[in-house]
Amino acid sequence: MIALKHVNKNFGEKAALKDISLTIEDGETIAIIGGSGSGKSTLLRLLVGLIRPTSGEIWIDGQDIAPMSEAELDQVRLSMGMVFQYSALFDSMTVGDNVAFGLREHTKKSEAEIQQIVKEKLHQVGLEGVEDLMPNELSGGMKKRVGLARAIAFEPRTIFYDEPSSGLDPLTTEKIDELIIEMQKELQVTSIVVTHDMASACRIADRIAMIYEGELIAFAPVKEFQALKDPRVQAFFHTLRMERDTDRKGKEGIL
Amino acid sequence: MVRLLEGLGAFVLEKLTGLGTIVLLYAQTMREVGRRPRFRSILGQMAHLGVDSLSIVSLTLLFTGVVMTLQTADVLIRFGAQSTVGGVIAIAIGRELGPVLVGVVCAGRVGSAITAEIATMKVTEQIDALRVMAVSPVNYLIVPRMLACMIVVPLLTVFGDIVGVFGGWVIAVFYSGITSYSFLDSIHRFVELFDFTGGVFKGIFFGNVIAVLGCYYGLHCPDGAEGVGRATTKTVVASIVMIFLLNAILTFFLY
Repeated sequence: MIALKHVNKNFGEKAALKDISLTIEDGETIAIIGGSGSGKSTLLRLLVGLIRPTSGEIWIDGQDIAPMSEAELDQVRLSMGMVFQYSALFDSMTVGDNVAFGLREHTKKSEAEIQQIVKEKLHQVGLEGVEDLMPNELSGGMKKRVGLARAIAFEPRTIFYDEPSSGLDPLTTEKIDELIIEMQKELQVTSIVVTHDMASACRIADRIAMIYEGELIAFAPVKEFQALKDPRVQAFFHTLRMERDTDRKGKEGIL
Repeated sequence: MVRLLEGLGAFVLEKLTGLGTIVLLYAQTMREVGRRPRFRSILGQMAHLGVDSLSIVSLTLLFTGVVMTLQTADVLIRFGAQSTVGGVIAIAIGRELGPVLVGVVCAGRVGSAITAEIATMKVTEQIDALRVMAVSPVNYLIVPRMLACMIVVPLLTVFGDIVGVFGGWVIAVFYSGITSYSFLDSIHRFVELFDFTGGVFKGIFFGNVIAVLGCYYGLHCPDGAEGVGRATTKTVVASIVMIFLLNAILTFFLY
C-alpha cells in the first residue's frame, strides 16, 4: 500500500504541492491528472524518492521513505519500476542491455538467464528481435515499450508511468494504454500513471486523482470522478469533449 | 550601495555553495571508490579519455619542446652555455610545462567530454533512471571517470614529457648545431628524477580536478541543449583556472 500524509513540497518560495493526502491500495491503477505545472510530476518524483518532501510522510509498503537515506531508499526502489516521459533509455547501450541493466546490477543470474528474461520481457511488451538495436534506432512508441520492458524486468510491485502518451499519436497512445492494462492484469502490480490525457486516464485507471495548482482537488473512482460538478474537473472534461469532436469531424471530413 | 553589497553577498554565497557542493561530491566519490569497483568501466574510460588524447598531447608537447629550444638555445650558445641546453629544456618540461600543458589539454579534451556526457544523461532523465533502478550515479558514472583521470593524466604527463624533450633534441641537434651527446649529457648532469616525478605527481591532482569539475558541472547542468553547452564551457574554464592555481601551490611546496 502507498499512502501520502499531509505532503508539502516547496521549491524556494513556491509551493508545488500543498497538503496532499491519499492512499493507494495494492493492485490498483491510479491516474494522476492535471494541467502543465500543476504538480503531478512532482508528486511522482516524490513517490520514487527522486526528490524529498518539504514536510509530510510518504509510506510505501509500511515504510516512511521521506527521512530515508539514499542507500535505504535503494532497497525500497528495488520493488519499483518507472517508465519515463521520454523513455530515458541509456543511449550508449543496446535495447537488450537496457532491459538487462537492473538484472546485471542487482542479481547474480547467469548471462544466459538474463538473456532469456530480456527476450521474455520484450515479448511481453510486443517487441521481438530488437535486442541489438540502439535506442536512437527506435520510434517513440517502441522506446516507451522498451522503457516498460526495462521497468518490469526486475518484477516490481509498483510501476510508475510519467506521461506515457506524451509525444505519441492517438493510435500508439491507445496501444500503450492497452499495454498498461495488460501489465496490471498479468503482473498484478500497482500502477500509478501521471498524465494530462483525460481519455487515457479514463481508459486505464480504477481511480483518478486530480491535482490543481498543487492541491489534490478530487480523488475518486472513474465513474464518480466523471460525475463531479467541480468546474475545474469539468473544464478538463470539456477539453476532452472538444478533442473528441475534433477527431470525429476530422474522420467525417468536416474539417 | 546596499543593492551593490547585496549583489556581492549573493555572488559570494553562490560561489561558496558551489565550492561546498564540489567538496561534498568529491568526498562522496572517494567514499564510493572501494564500495563496488567497476574495472571494465574504468578501463573503458581510460581508453576513451586517455588514449584518444594521445595525439593532441603529443602535438602540444612536441611543439612546446621545439619552440622552447628555438628560444633558449640561441641565447645559451651566445653565452657559451650550450652544454646546459638539454638540462634546461628537460627541467622546464618535466617540472612545469609537461604537467600544466597536459592538464590544460585534458581540461579541454577530457573535462568537456565528461561534462557533455553526464549533462546529456541528466537532461534526458537517464540519471534519474539510474537512481530509480537503485544504482548510485556517483558509483556508476563518477567513480570510473575519477579513477580513469587520476591514472591517465599522470601517464599522459610522462608521455608528454618524453615527446617534449624529443622535440627539443630534434631542434638542438638538427638546427642549433648542438651535439646529441652534449644535449643528453646535459640532461644526465642537471636533471634529477624528482624533476619528472614531481610533475607526474602534479598530474594526479590535475586529473582529480578535471574529473570532479567535469562531473559537477554535468550533474548540475540546467535543462536544454544550451545548458549542456554552457556547462561544458564552465568545466573547461574552471578546470584551467584551478590547474594554474594548484600548479602554483604544488610548485611552492614541491621544489
